[in-house]
Amino acid sequence: MSAPVSSSASPNSDPLVQLLTPDGQRVTDPVYSFAGDTAAIASLYRDLVLARRVDTEAFALQRHGELGLWPPALGQEAAQIGSARALRAQDFAFPTYRDHGVAYCRGVDPVQLLPVFRGTELGGWDPADHNIALPQIIIGAQTLHATGYAMGLVLEGAVGTGDADRDAAAIAYFGDGATSQGDVNEALDWAAVYRAPVVFLCENNQYAISVPLERQTIIPIARRADGFGMPGVRVDGNDVLAVHAVTSAALQRARDGEGPMLIEAVTYRMGAHTTSDDPTRYRDGAEVEAWKAKDPLDRVRALLVSEGYGDDFFAELEAEAEALGIRLREQCAALPEPDLADLFDHVHAETTVESREQQAEYVAWRDSFEGSTA
Amino acid sequence: MSTKMSMAKALNSGLRRSMEGNEKVLMMGEDVGRLGGVFRVTDGLQKDFGEGRVLDTPLAESGIVGTAVGLTYRGFRPVVEIQFDGFVYPAYDQIVSQVARLHFRSLGAVKMPIVIRIPFGGGIGAVEHHSDSPEAQFALTAGLKVVSCSNPNDAYWMIQQAIDSDDPVVFMEPKRRYWENGEVDLESAPDSLWSSRVVRPGRDATLITYGPMVTTCLQSAEAALADGLDLEVIDLRTLSPLELAPVYESVRRTGHAVVVHEAQRTLGLGAEIAARITEECFYHLEAPVQRVTGYDMPYPPSRVEDEFLPGLDRIIDAVERAREIGAN
Repeated sequence: MSAPVSSSASPNSDPLVQLLTPDGQRVTDPVYSFAGDTAAIASLYRDLVLARRVDTEAFALQRHGELGLWPPALGQEAAQIGSARALRAQDFAFPTYRDHGVAYCRGVDPVQLLPVFRGTELGGWDPADHNIALPQIIIGAQTLHATGYAMGLVLEGAVGTGDADRDAAAIAYFGDGATSQGDVNEALDWAAVYRAPVVFLCENNQYAISVPLERQTIIPIARRADGFGMPGVRVDGNDVLAVHAVTSAALQRARDGEGPMLIEAVTYRMGAHTTSDDPTRYRDGAEVEAWKAKDPLDRVRALLVSEGYGDDFFAELEAEAEALGIRLREQCAALPEPDLADLFDHVHAETTVESREQQAEYVAWRDSFEGSTA
Repeated sequence: MSTKMSMAKALNSGLRRSMEGNEKVLMMGEDVGRLGGVFRVTDGLQKDFGEGRVLDTPLAESGIVGTAVGLTYRGFRPVVEIQFDGFVYPAYDQIVSQVARLHFRSLGAVKMPIVIRIPFGGGIGAVEHHSDSPEAQFALTAGLKVVSCSNPNDAYWMIQQAIDSDDPVVFMEPKRRYWENGEVDLESAPDSLWSSRVVRPGRDATLITYGPMVTTCLQSAEAALADGLDLEVIDLRTLSPLELAPVYESVRRTGHAVVVHEAQRTLGLGAEIAARITEECFYHLEAPVQRVTGYDMPYPPSRVEDEFLPGLDRIIDAVERAREIGAN
């Protein structure tokens, strides 16, 4: 079968909302604007830098054998930080396995991102502590969870009351590949039908492992929103100001009871799908280089420099990032090893006789060996 | 206080009582609201509790279960209806990859108090995908619990107990028994949800079954009296976890065990039950554990479903076969 083609559209045919150009110039958009001052931009930049440091440190930890796997978020920091920083405390995020920056913004200690990839845990935190679900590995499944969560907000009357501390929304993160999944299409439909306060944040990083965007869709992802009956916006996913502005508006619209919205944040996965992947097999260096010129951090730094931020600011931030990297290294090695015997306790909320019997069988087997520490 | 009602009505009454007792209990599914469900199990609930408690959902099973997962994060206790057994497979991923695992994945931080109601089994002359018995596929999934009621009184109490459970429960409803009447004790629950029960004492062999086949096995036991056979019948009620203490006690007395279910034989519940009986009752067995089941084919056209489904003759034949082996 030949590749699907359309004469009238391509997945990248529509313009992007952009507020900061790749060379650091602020530009205006007829609809969206960034509400914060320069200090707010510096604060976003700090998160971009720290999120990137978490990512590069974890990548290194994998290369040193401390992690079994790591899915790099390199290049997608603006999409993650810009959107997650638009969340309020009472909002709830449903991330993928690559949304390290989102978890970081929700207040999850970056060390807690590591257990899943070190193989010591399947989770890492209590979702209720930070209003963010555990990272989802099944592609697109979390979009339905976010929709159900948002339906719950409606049922509880936590939408459209005008109380800024009460009205809440959910945000679902997913990639371009996920848009082909049934669950994502069901979630978009349900959210529209129930007018659920959920923002669908698609990080279109151009690849689902090796498969390019053109194999998932022949029209821009944002255009699909219209078919489901919600607004869709295509935003420069490497522009943290634009992502923040668009997501803030979408979240507020949702909290106000005006329903869901689909945001396509157009970005690029600069690294491999995971540390086990070899992207040179499916994309060429020129493409990667072209995206390097649109780096999400460089443009903010250029803006801040032009606004008078000096070496001290950047050096201080670099030192903070370095300290975070060191802490990650140290605490990764100190993550507690799981005990298979304990895991039986978590299969059910109310354990079963069968489970207890197998637990006892395992413990007896383990303890039967000489030198057993148990 | 006891009153006579059908299983469908008993389920309806149990659901109503759970909804009255906890405002976080929701009904969700296709046609469960205005219509009251295609089997009328949720009849009248939307009228009395409103569209915010009884949700007519879009026609998407994965969506039904997936959004139920999200609702649990806000403390809701969704009771979702899968309209027919054969329609559960689009939701299979959400059930086995999400519902079954989130408690484990989160080390107990996330509870999944979801009840997935599935009208199951054949015998109603239905078209394809309306007569399946997929219970083993959920019973073998760690993290889920699976139960099946066989009579109105159990239906009334087991559905309430399932809703009270903080674990996800796949609730298998024998659709061909929906309209059979029985006494329902509205005052007190007969047993824990996680218990099996001897429903007919007997001396010569033990029939082990659940759901729609309990009635069939009781009828077999009555018919077998003419052959001079006194059969014990055990209603498993809980399929995961299995609670086989009454089975072991019975088989040690009778020496003969026959497992009966509608589901296909290979890797059905009967395989697991036979293995466990062998582990626990080996020296008491006078014959190999027998299985009377659906055959290993997709559910057949309804005109031959009576040939496919275990009936009185096949059940009694299996008992006699076992007793012949034991006598030799």
